[in-house]
Amino acid sequence: MVNLTVDGKNISVSEGTMLLEAIRGAGISIPTLCAHEAVSRSGACRLCVVEIKKGTRTRIVTSCLYAAEEGLIVDTKSERVLNVRRLVMELLLARCPESDVLKKLAQELGVEPQARFVADTDKGKCILCRSCVRVCEEVVGVSAIGLFARGSHKTVGTAYNEKSDVCIGCGACVYVCPTGHIEMISTGDKRKIWGRTFKMQPCDKCGKYFAPVDQLKFISKKTGVPLSELTVCTECR
Amino acid sequence: MTKASNIAATTKTIVKKHGRDKSALIAVLQDIQEAFNYLPKDALKAAGKSLGIPFSRVYEVATFYNAFSLKPRGEHIVKICMGTACHVRGAAAIQDKMERTLCIKPGETTPDNKFSLETVNCVGACALGPVVVIDTEYHGQVTMNKVDKIIGKLKEEGAQQ
Ligand code: SF4
Ligand code: FES
Ligand code: FES
Repeated sequence: MVNLTVDGKNISVSEGTMLLEAIRGAGISIPTLCAHEAVSRSGACRLCVVEIKKGTRTRIVTSCLYAAEEGLIVDTKSERVLNVRRLVMELLLARCPESDVLKKLAQELGVEPQARFVADTDKGKCILCRSCVRVCEEVVGVSAIGLFARGSHKTVGTAYNEKSDVCIGCGACVYVCPTGHIEMISTGDKRKIWGRTFKMQPCDKCGKYFAPVDQLKFISKKTGVPLSELTVCTECR
Repeated sequence: MTKASNIAATTKTIVKKHGRDKSALIAVLQDIQEAFNYLPKDALKAAGKSLGIPFSRVYEVATFYNAFSLKPRGEHIVKICMGTACHVRGAAAIQDKMERTLCIKPGETTPDNKFSLETVNCVGACALGPVVVIDTEYHGQVTMNKVDKIIGKLKEEGAQQ
């Protein structure tokens, strides 16, 4: 076990626990966008910053990526932390002025759009956290999408912005995206995502369209379960 | 050999040369660009397949580095240095002159596929500014006259062939 202090409270957590989990475990809330339980951490949104003190030195770190240490003194609400977090929020807001998630979070943090940061009009709601790319690679295992180019030109998508032939239409990227940037349109027997249209499989029992045929084929190939046994939705199973 | 099979065969040889090693991706891409003057889509696909790297990952790397071009480029690549030292010594005027001489803007290629124009930020030869690099050759203290001379010479060489 590791013993540390968070906002004056003594807590102990198991070795390897990230500060974010330690802090939340102590009942203290921390705003986050990019930390998602389904994927490895990127430390991209920078909202989870806290101030740590070791000996006489203090430092700002991202709590989602910093493992708890013995004797560490953590401050989640110091003036310095709040300043950094406000600035991060202002920048995120300027990048994605249309995002309702960001607007709401900004309101909670008391942050308003700043005239000195010219709002982007071409970034959609994407904050470039890479969660979608990670889930597609780490969990689904197909790597249909990526983050392309760099700097202010960086965008999420499929290579050459073309239909990906490895995408199975599962929508895991939509599920992990913190801001709702990725568009998935499901209408009856069809689902459209990343420029491709997928045929949906109706459930053998209730008739509801529940998953893309390509996804079921992929699962069947991976697990060896015949496709015919996969055509029942989770509710009827 | 058709173009497509040439791309496939060349890519295969390059990947093999690097021992089919995933970590050699950048070196593989450099060699592909050396062979074709740019990175053809089919080569990226083929390289990814034989290295066991998803196409989306290969495309991430190919779009990350400015040194890689995804568009076909001309036989000669003209790079005008826009770094600070060259800038104060009149790089903007050289760029203007070059654009008028070749009738293209940076990032473009002449219709006869002879020249591509690019701008770069400092090539490490500041004392020679303004600098223009053509293919691997460095031209220092470039003037309006010199632009005409260098480009004229390259055009002549092409005509003789
Ligand atoms: S699309 Fe969503 S999940 Fe993907 S990088 Fe952008 S914000 Fe993150
Ligand atoms: S949650 Fe830590 S950087 Fe996003
Ligand atoms: S600025 Fe042109 S070579 Fe350095």
